[in-house]
Amino acid sequence: MINLLSQQLFYFDPLVLFFLVVIALVCAPSAVFSIGYLRGEYSKGRSIIATVLLALFVLSMCMVVTAGNLFSFLVFWELMSLTSYFLVVFDHTHNKSVRAGTIYLIMTHIGTASLMAAFFILYAHAGSFDFFAVKQAAAAMPAQMRNTVFLLLLFGFATKAGVVPVHIWLPFAHPQAPSHISSIMSGVMIKTAIYGMIRFFLMLLGIGPAWWGVLILALAAVSCLVGVIYALMDHDLKRLLAYHSVENIGIILLGIGSSMLFTTKSLALPALLGMCAGLYHLVNHALFKGLLFLCAGSVVKATGIRDMEKMGGLIKVMPWTAAFFLIGAMGISALPPFNGFVSEWLTFQAFFAGILQSQGWIKLLMVLCVATLALTSGLAAACFVKAFGITFLAMPRSYRAEQAKETSLSLKLGMGFLAVMVIIFGVGAGVIAPYIARVAQDVLGAPISVFSFQWFNLEITTGQAISVSPFIIAMLLLVFGFAILGWLTFGLRTKTARYNTWDCGYYALDARTEYTATAFSKPFRIAFSFFLMPYRKSKKLWDSFYHVRSFTYETHTTPVFERHFYEPLLGVIYYIAVKFRKIQPGSINLYLLYIFLTIVILVAITGIFNL
Amino acid sequence: MTLTKIFLICGQVFFLLLFAPLVSGFIRKVKNNLRMRKGAGILQPYYNFVKLFSKDQVVSKHTSWIFTATPAIVLASSLCACFLLPVFQPELSLNTTGDLLAIFFILALGRFFLALAGLDAGSSFGGMGSSREMFISSIAEPAAFVSLFVIGMNSSSTSVVAVAGAHLFRISTLLAGFAFFMVVIAETSRIPIDNQETHLELTMVHEAMVLEYSGRSLAIIELASHIRQIIFFTILSWFLFSFLNDAEGQWLQFPLKLLVISTIIAVLEVSLAKMRLFRVVDYLGFAFFIALLAAIAACMGM
Repeated sequence: MINLLSQQLFYFDPLVLFFLVVIALVCAPSAVFSIGYLRGEYSKGRSIIATVLLALFVLSMCMVVTAGNLFSFLVFWELMSLTSYFLVVFDHTHNKSVRAGTIYLIMTHIGTASLMAAFFILYAHAGSFDFFAVKQAAAAMPAQMRNTVFLLLLFGFATKAGVVPVHIWLPFAHPQAPSHISSIMSGVMIKTAIYGMIRFFLMLLGIGPAWWGVLILALAAVSCLVGVIYALMDHDLKRLLAYHSVENIGIILLGIGSSMLFTTKSLALPALLGMCAGLYHLVNHALFKGLLFLCAGSVVKATGIRDMEKMGGLIKVMPWTAAFFLIGAMGISALPPFNGFVSEWLTFQAFFAGILQSQGWIKLLMVLCVATLALTSGLAAACFVKAFGITFLAMPRSYRAEQAKETSLSLKLGMGFLAVMVIIFGVGAGVIAPYIARVAQDVLGAPISVFSFQWFNLEITTGQAISVSPFIIAMLLLVFGFAILGWLTFGLRTKTARYNTWDCGYYALDARTEYTATAFSKPFRIAFSFFLMPYRKSKKLWDSFYHVRSFTYETHTTPVFERHFYEPLLGVIYYIAVKFRKIQPGSINLYLLYIFLTIVILVAITGIFNL
Repeated sequence: MTLTKIFLICGQVFFLLLFAPLVSGFIRKVKNNLRMRKGAGILQPYYNFVKLFSKDQVVSKHTSWIFTATPAIVLASSLCACFLLPVFQPELSLNTTGDLLAIFFILALGRFFLALAGLDAGSSFGGMGSSREMFISSIAEPAAFVSLFVIGMNSSSTSVVAVAGAHLFRISTLLAGFAFFMVVIAETSRIPIDNQETHLELTMVHEAMVLEYSGRSLAIIELASHIRQIIFFTILSWFLFSFLNDAEGQWLQFPLKLLVISTIIAVLEVSLAKMRLFRVVDYLGFAFFIALLAAIAACMGM
């Protein structure tokens, strides 16, 4: 019998502290946000339930990352999954919420089952659930067993992280939860899976064969591209953000996967750089995705709609939310001097260091990763031009968008804190990166320095004098920006007239003639049609031979993974289930017979194998 | 970093600011002469500035502060990138502030705001322009970064000092230069990707995006795109004339290199027809594969 209490229940090291900081950075402002967000949306009793669930959810995440043995990890992991499930179905009167919750529950439990299998194998070898014992046992495990454990763990964690192709729950579940929960789920909860990957792959299983890293890099690259392409096609503001989580998990895993590959090839410095890049992007994504979901929540609360095609012009009625959303959008689009820029630059530098120091095929693999990341960041910028431009700029496209009001103080406080953090983690990179490097050093057990500490510069100590200084870039931009703006506004004697937008002289420009999100993403839909497989329906109603009275146009993209993987799979499962129903005819005598037969077989087995 | 160096760098940025419109004027002049026309004088871009600055501007009443702030942000980002760019000597830049990749990220900032401003007025032209601009630039990104990585691999660093100062002649650099050249054509809105001279709704990309701007704001945006162009040409010159790259640097080389590049671009613009928008994918895909080929060559040490 296992004595669970005698084992170490909690465990602390720099990695754990890092994740606790990330959790705190996102959960605190989200909680503040929830004060104003819940008011008016839900009755008082339900608000209290939501707050209690939120507290439980945050606590369970903290316990997942501090868990000291496999058993407690699993228990807290399950607690986290369940509390988040209840939060996803919090709006249980919506059909969509229930469906999203079900998909989430099934996917997360398939993942957990896979984790459990891996944990039992580890336990069988270590004879204990303790991390230290597992670590020692893993070193002595046969290679095939280690690979099996790796694949099982990868499947389990990938399901939670939303890595393609097991991402399908994410775009359903994240948007359906209340917005402050979406922010925590996208910002932090999926990161606990990254914690699991770092903890188990790098720190417990130890250095694996090269294909571990390559597999993670491949999954990461696919996640990046698939995530961002689907995001471009989506016009539900919150689901768009959820797809960007898939993309950003991919970017984080590009850093961590390259770090694993370099560790295998004993390239200490690129490995460290890759880990720093991954961890830095992890905290950055938590910040800007948390911020963006809160802003989306603020928009949803003010307008009651999530469809971007019905928004527009919100920057005039909700200036604060718009400004915060813009900061988040610039962060996620990797624009200097905000935080996304620093971590994507670091990821590129990790690849570059890898290319310089490695040999043969790894160089080419890294070049392909560079191309993937470049395309991803380009597409992400395009997507956020769409998200910000269509939602906040131009004229309102519906009555609700027209009538929107800026949301209350607690919402602004929550968003404002994260916006400031997005700026600080960008401009202050020279100060913050060395701390993240210390976490990475501890993870990899490589006490070499990767950044030389300078206040404003982030310099990589590869001897090639590569450095970046978001602070000085920010200063240059601010000085020139304000100088030019001041000169344009006050320094010239020419006048400014405000008049209609140029409409070729028709004078009939209104919200209906504006460019829409569907139109904006059309070039991308056509360019990626080999993957998206768009189809459209158009119907014309003719008045006479010459005049069309009405015209309906519909366009959809084919959800490839659902259509070609999950639906056939579900078909097979249903088929088997129907077949198996035959042994369940409802007769109690038959059931008694089953029980009797089971006992007989069990007794026979114990007899034969002499257990 | 000494005070003299900072002073020199500021001088260099000021030079780029003044010199950039001249390159566009020169290209336009060459194009006109090739078409057997007399054409406007080489200083025409400067006259355009004088004209635009003395005119009043009309701003759409549907716009927000994004529209007002964009010219300033775009020019500021172009100038900021200039500070990172060594022109006359490899040492002559704020090289600790950013490397080759950072220059690209900074230029992306300006483009992001231009695209937002295109959507701000609520006109379909603007939206169309932003959508196309972001489309082309995002598809161009892989080819651009891979070719930058190739030149970085050959000089063992992505720092501008190392890249601009590495005296070498490799096939991979030249091949990457070819890919980068195709990217530069796309990024500076030249034929066959875009046409700066047309205002036909169906074909314009960059011009559609800035259609709502007039007067002084338009002047600032035009200046910023001239500067962007000279930045791209300078980086391109490191690829194409890698055998002339020199740690010391020479003052006369820079204008000569730009002269050659501008002439090539002008000849190409006259002799090619504009592409359909969706052919751009093939075009940039081709650029990407050339860049990938260059990367393979660079991995083999060629």
